Amino acid sequence: MNKHLLSIDDVSAGDIQEIFTTAAEMHDVQNRQVKKLPALRGRTVINLFFEDSTRTRSSFEIAGKWLSADVINLSAKGSSASKGESLRDTVLTVTAMGIDGLVVRHGASGAAEQISRWIDVPVINAGDGTHEHPTQALLDGYTLTRRLGTLEGKHVAIVGDLTHSRVFRSNVKSLTKLGATVTAVAPPTLMPAGVGDWSKAAGFATSYDLDEVLPQADAVMMLRVQRERMSGGFFPTAREYTVGYGLTRDRLAVLEPGTPILHPGPMNRGLEISADAADALDSLVLDQVSAGVAVRMSVLYHLLAGEETSA
Amino acid sequence: MPAQQTSKAHEGTDAGRVVLDAGDISRALIRISHEILERNKGAEDLLLLGLHTRGVPLARRLADNIAQVEGTTVATGELDVTMYRDDLRSNPTRAPHRTQVPAGGIDGKTVVLVDDVLYSGRTIRAALDALSDLGRPAVVRLAVLVDRGHRELPIRADHVGKNLPTARSERVSLRLVETDGEDEVRIQ
Repeated sequence: MNKHLLSIDDVSAGDIQEIFTTAAEMHDVQNRQVKKLPALRGRTVINLFFEDSTRTRSSFEIAGKWLSADVINLSAKGSSASKGESLRDTVLTVTAMGIDGLVVRHGASGAAEQISRWIDVPVINAGDGTHEHPTQALLDGYTLTRRLGTLEGKHVAIVGDLTHSRVFRSNVKSLTKLGATVTAVAPPTLMPAGVGDWSKAAGFATSYDLDEVLPQADAVMMLRVQRERMSGGFFPTAREYTVGYGLTRDRLAVLEPGTPILHPGPMNRGLEISADAADALDSLVLDQVSAGVAVRMSVLYHLLAGEETSA
Repeated sequence: MPAQQTSKAHEGTDAGRVVLDAGDISRALIRISHEILERNKGAEDLLLLGLHTRGVPLARRLADNIAQVEGTTVATGELDVTMYRDDLRSNPTRAPHRTQVPAGGIDGKTVVLVDDVLYSGRTIRAALDALSDLGRPAVVRLAVLVDRGHRELPIRADHVGKNLPTARSERVSLRLVETDGEDEVRIQ
């Protein structure tokens, strides 16, 4: 396995299976009375978050703590970054305290990779701009694998605001590595620019018509409409978006019974996903959260517990 | 751990000599089964916990033997100690094996740890730590098929298939039908 986890490109299909196998064991730890493993005892991990996050940060924090690491959360608000310190200085300062791993979220695409060139400890990308969010894709893949047995030959529809979605970019890579076929569904305005060449090279399909794709899907992943990254004009009204691309009650009825529904959260209920779909029996939203801890434990274990692997 | 005794299929030039064949292994396991029953005064509250990799099939075989003698089934489980090893940092990480204990847990049980070869004792140290995170057994005992000496910790087995005096430079290779296709213990 590579030293860092900056992108799904850093892990092979074999690595992903290894991460899943370990995650399955970690999952059992969640159900024990003593939710602690000593694997990272004496190691320090810093969660450096320049963007808001609830689930990813707390999930990394719990994952680190259950592996007995010391976890420190730093957010940009209230840190010296807000006093004008450069990213490089912030990172070097934090690293100089003697840490063993850095989990980074940043609004700029490529920030995690840039940071990994400055410092010597493993860097885990917890989301960089609209680029990648590898641990989210791994936990989605893990959740789906547990539900469907294998992803080989399965058809996953990823629906929503693809332009702004790092979750989409990471998931396309990891789901295809796991043998699934992916169809990306979005309104033309939210389909990433240049997706034509990209989809050919990466081997996924695209569609503007959700109703056509849904009946053939073995799993549906709804993505959040990221209003904070939009400067207007992507769709006329929220209502119109819902009519065209929301997983509404009517569309829920079209799905084959038992088709799992995923959403990385936070959900805009009533916009991209109806309450009926979010709370459906086949909704895996909470399984994703619980898998998030197990998968992040697995990633932390593989990157930080062993001897230094040559990248 | 000092060079793990057990080896995968070893077809080298120096094949070593066989110290236990299939019959010896079977007889040793039958004796250990009886010893466990005698010590525990029956099969009540007994849990045979195999340590990965080869302790797991050994624990199952002991359970089968006990079932034949006592006519009752004995609970078995498997324990992986990867996360508890003291040499975690000096090796590349690998995915842990399954850890599985019966639904009732291990609280109040007589847990017999089952391993293939007892050497430095560090695996058992790790197993004892792992156990304490799983619950609180009434008693913990240790059964091994081979004790090759050279302990590095104050740990002793309660039930031993064969005491095998070895030099540190020698390798003890233990093969089982379930994992390697044949039952055999060799010294190399």
